[in-house]
Amino acid sequence: MLFEGLSFAVSGGEALELRGPNGSGKSTLLRILAGLTRQHAGTVKYAGPEDETLLHYLGHSDAVKPTETALEQARFWARYFGRTQDAATSAIERVGLSRRVDVPGRGLSAGQKRRLALTRLLIDPRPVWLLDEPTAALDVEGRGLVDTLVAEHRAGGGVVIAAIHGEGFAASRTLDLATLAGAGAIA
Amino acid sequence: MSGASSAFFRELKLAWSGGGGPALPVGFFAAASSLTPFAVGPDTETLQIAGPGVIWIALALASLLPMERLFQADLEDGTLDAYAGSGVALEGIAAAKTFAHWIATGIPLAVVAPILWIMLQGDPGAAPLVALASLIGSAAFFFFGSIGAALAAGVRRGGLLIALVTLPLYVPTMIFGAAALYAAAGGEDWSTPLMLTGAAALFGMASAPFAAAMALRTAID
Repeated sequence: MLFEGLSFAVSGGEALELRGPNGSGKSTLLRILAGLTRQHAGTVKYAGPEDETLLHYLGHSDAVKPTETALEQARFWARYFGRTQDAATSAIERVGLSRRVDVPGRGLSAGQKRRLALTRLLIDPRPVWLLDEPTAALDVEGRGLVDTLVAEHRAGGGVVIAAIHGEGFAASRTLDLATLAGAGAIA
Repeated sequence: MSGASSAFFRELKLAWSGGGGPALPVGFFAAASSLTPFAVGPDTETLQIAGPGVIWIALALASLLPMERLFQADLEDGTLDAYAGSGVALEGIAAAKTFAHWIATGIPLAVVAPILWIMLQGDPGAAPLVALASLIGSAAFFFFGSIGAALAAGVRRGGLLIALVTLPLYVPTMIFGAAALYAAAGGEDWSTPLMLTGAAALFGMASAPFAAAMALRTAID
């Protein structure tokens, strides 16, 4: 068992950092929150309409196709989410990939792939972001970008729950999974 | 346009990019059928007896080839997580992907089939029927195959598992499709077996996406 007695609530504008050593269940918890992994027991409740379209999940893998160009992939997600092509273009610009739009996925660096994955958050605005180590592979500027995106999202009433190592987000709460061997604790 | 339909068009493009996906099944189909005269002998009568069955078996096995990668690439690169976490039903995604791959590969297979038919001493007048039967049959093979593809998505070298799971599901299509080709070769009524092949294809299209989606949910769990 990874954790039990875990209980927390996050409301609009808040960020919750999941911390703990490798294997402590940060990714699993995020996947449970995203509805991808079924939990053994317990419930996840989102206030608001019973609708899966209220959250974005960004996992370890960036969902980048090697043969499609960066712009094609952003445009695909825009169509997929029922958004305009302009949303794709502006998201690409926002994450700093405007000079790499014609590069196929296989030609992007790990950091650039992560930036491309971040466009999904921007193309279709949704209130809950579940981010699994969003700054992994990113350079200093990229980390700054994630900080800015998260701050803007929270300013707009959004929720961010992120598994994270190292420096966290400003004014966020921390859930340390390492202390959850039996009972839940939240700081 | 959103959700499943955009995934369909993306998949159609991806099927042709990255190493000419449909070329392998089509090449396999042509090669397997072309080798028949060397194995069973070149005389017309023998080829007319073996030809329709060989073409149909080769079509089924060629349809199995793209199955290993049908969902595996999406599972590995995280695309399946993104699809599953986005609020679009996985049933729709599974149907869209299978349909796209059938369009990309099944149509070329159906185009090649009449050529192989004539090469194996089949009646040239029945060639259009062979193309139609191959088109319908490959739809059944692809959709039933998608169940195996989804079950084996998380398995390294899952080809054997796919074959084991899928081949029993191929049996009705195998019987009716080959019966249609033999009926056409013998100048008999081919419409009944062809319609039964179509029924198998429709059953696959209607039911396989649900089974595949269930398997995919387990794969990403």
